[in-house]
Amino acid sequence: MRSTIATALTLLASPALAQPLTVYAPDYFASEWGPGPAIEAAFEASCACEIEYVTGDVLPRLRLEGTRTRADVVIGLNTDDAEAARQTGLFAPHNVDVRGLTMPVDWTDATFVPFNWGHTAFVYDATQIDPPESFAALLDAPDDLRIAIQDPRTSVSGLALALWMHKVFGEDATEAWAALAPKVVTVTKGWSEAYGMFTEGEVDMVLSYTTSPAYHIIAEGDETKKAAIFPEGHYVMVETAGQIATTDQPELAQAFLDFILTEEFQSIIPEGNWSLPARLDPAKMPEGFAKLDLPETALIYDSAEAEALRDTVVAEFEAGLGR
Amino acid sequence: MVAGALLLPLVAVAWRAEGWGGLRVSDWGALWFTLWQAAVSAALSVLLAVPVARALARRRFPGRGAVVLLLGAPFILPVIVAVLGLVAVFGRSGVANTALGWLGVEPVSIYGWQGVILAHVFFNMPLGTRLILQGWLSLPGERLRLAASLGFDAGDTFRRLEWPMLRALVPGIFVVIFLICTTSFAVALALGGGPRATTVELAIYQAFRFDFDLSRAALLGALQLLIGGGAALLSLRLALPSGFGAGLDRVTPRWDSRGPGLRMQDGAAIGLACLFLLLPMALVLGGGVVHVAGLPGSVWLAALRSLLIALSAAILTTALAFVMALAVVTTRRGGWVEVAGTLSIAASPLVLGTGLYILLLPVANPVALALPVTAFVNVVLALPFALRALIPAMRDLHRDYGQLSASLGVTGFAWVRLVALPRLRRPAGFAAGLTAALAAGDLGVIALFASPDQATLPLVLYQLMGSYRMEDARAAAVLLVALSLGLFWLFERGGRHAAA
Repeated sequence: MRSTIATALTLLASPALAQPLTVYAPDYFASEWGPGPAIEAAFEASCACEIEYVTGDVLPRLRLEGTRTRADVVIGLNTDDAEAARQTGLFAPHNVDVRGLTMPVDWTDATFVPFNWGHTAFVYDATQIDPPESFAALLDAPDDLRIAIQDPRTSVSGLALALWMHKVFGEDATEAWAALAPKVVTVTKGWSEAYGMFTEGEVDMVLSYTTSPAYHIIAEGDETKKAAIFPEGHYVMVETAGQIATTDQPELAQAFLDFILTEEFQSIIPEGNWSLPARLDPAKMPEGFAKLDLPETALIYDSAEAEALRDTVVAEFEAGLGR
Repeated sequence: MVAGALLLPLVAVAWRAEGWGGLRVSDWGALWFTLWQAAVSAALSVLLAVPVARALARRRFPGRGAVVLLLGAPFILPVIVAVLGLVAVFGRSGVANTALGWLGVEPVSIYGWQGVILAHVFFNMPLGTRLILQGWLSLPGERLRLAASLGFDAGDTFRRLEWPMLRALVPGIFVVIFLICTTSFAVALALGGGPRATTVELAIYQAFRFDFDLSRAALLGALQLLIGGGAALLSLRLALPSGFGAGLDRVTPRWDSRGPGLRMQDGAAIGLACLFLLLPMALVLGGGVVHVAGLPGSVWLAALRSLLIALSAAILTTALAFVMALAVVTTRRGGWVEVAGTLSIAASPLVLGTGLYILLLPVANPVALALPVTAFVNVVLALPFALRALIPAMRDLHRDYGQLSASLGVTGFAWVRLVALPRLRRPAGFAAGLTAALAAGDLGVIALFASPDQATLPLVLYQLMGSYRMEDARAAAVLLVALSLGLFWLFERGGRHAAA
């Protein structure tokens, strides 16, 4: 009896026979509807090995686990999160050749390798409103324009908006938030609630990405959803991956990092993640992406700047919106 | 044990915190908002629940069972579904504002403190109704008969029978709802309209997610538990025993409430409650029904996982609540057991989950234990509801049959089988059903722990929304509601049949 229980427990604890490569990933990435499963299949075909995704909130989990972490590779940390992750001291250099990236920003980070990116943007329904033509015009728009955003204290896209406002309006960011305030119908915990309110027709504009309309174009044949393009520029979120220094499978971890910028991996990103690949020949992009409105100017803080500014921009949000 | 289950994770988080930071000024603002909105939400929920529960208790009409069942549904809805449903009714382009527009009235905004309270009443009035209805059904039929033969009208019945029952029940129910509202977070944010609607739980999330300030998270978690403890103690002092004496638990016709005025009053209470609670659900779920059959197999597997969690949580919680209720009634320090049991509702799910994670990490792979841990957390979180249902019944049982059992020497297992089970089946079935429904709908810690092949139905729902698949998400929500309500119905029906 006791041995039966022991066997059962062993089976529960180790679902795979060979030791898999443990990849920590955000929920959206590894879910059946994200890019994770296709990437897993492609990588496993090339290496005769196995990937095991562990999902959840990647950064707090790493910080909780510290050196006890079971992760070999971590994917899905964006540039605004990356500095805090770097400071855990858990990561080894990525050793990947990052030349030829199809991103609007130079990449010099030796720890994290980028795998996809997108501009933060306000998405609207072209049959319902005429969009403001600039960020400044958005602040001056009549108060009956209704916007849903995400909270910078709980959501990465919300934090990106706060950084975006700071980048555009600098010292006047608090004033800018105050000007935006009457139009902000609600501030949600995460992206899904806000986007749900948009698709339900409750708000005119929602904080999302310039690539969001691609889903509607390709999956639904609906070309009415568009991103408002602002000449001031759009804040860019780059998602990255890194390898854990203490991994007991360094070769496999490195092989996975090397796989990230290959065409095989990158071509899964557009329709798997509804975002832009870090390095992919534009000719290989799905057709629907050509219909997207994309900005000329990309704005970004590097990970150290973003980390240093975080408390400031959250305070601007609270002060500007809370009054 | 429950106290340990609550405190250990908290201590674990604090221990990992390495040094103590203080609270911020904004945390005190969050505390104030948390407290007042919870008090108002709970008061309104209970006030509105009383007439509805009374109407349901004294009317018999076709479809009453279905109404009682469906009225329980909002309580188990995932937050995101409920929010979208409320917005569909009360939002800018919602049904309510459209109707007001026809009347030439300015649209009303749902966003702000009024939205937070509206949502909390939407979630918790059904719970209040169900718990108070349990109380009404526990009024001994013989008393109502006696009241009728003495010529009591509805007012007399209320003063002599119903008011003492409410007096005994309502403080506990108020506290339970108050505590649920204090740990609210995503709702408060989505309908609160901005940083003014910051609650303590949001501050905990922020401290944990972005600042990784575990000492602040633990401190705020402790603060939340303190509020809960205070409220629970207060409710114990306020609650008075009802003391009707024993009855035969038969459903009795209500001779006192046959007047047309009272009929209309009850009809209005039930009708308005149905409209308020069911319309948002119908609007958000209606579109999903046709897509249920087309859901991929993985969603059904997730539903199966949720079912297993729900069943194990229901059985464990009911057993635990039974033992605790017995302790509350029969031991001298029973009050503390009751406080501990109520307190767990005030435990921050995030602190609980994180603490368990820290505790498990050195000894096991928390990811492999995701499902058992989810079930365990749900046992802790559902216990207060189960206790609210079982303690009053156990108290009556002890008072009415305690001496008889003792004089006949019926103790131990025989007592459980012959005396307790037959008379507690109805509240126990209710407790098990409620726990199962709650556990099936709980997103909670699974999001912290799981690997993709362990996703539960609520998690899958969020995944679908996160990848733009709104239609499938609606369908998953329909499945979730059907699963939760189905479990609730089965357990409750089991309880009622056995009692008849």
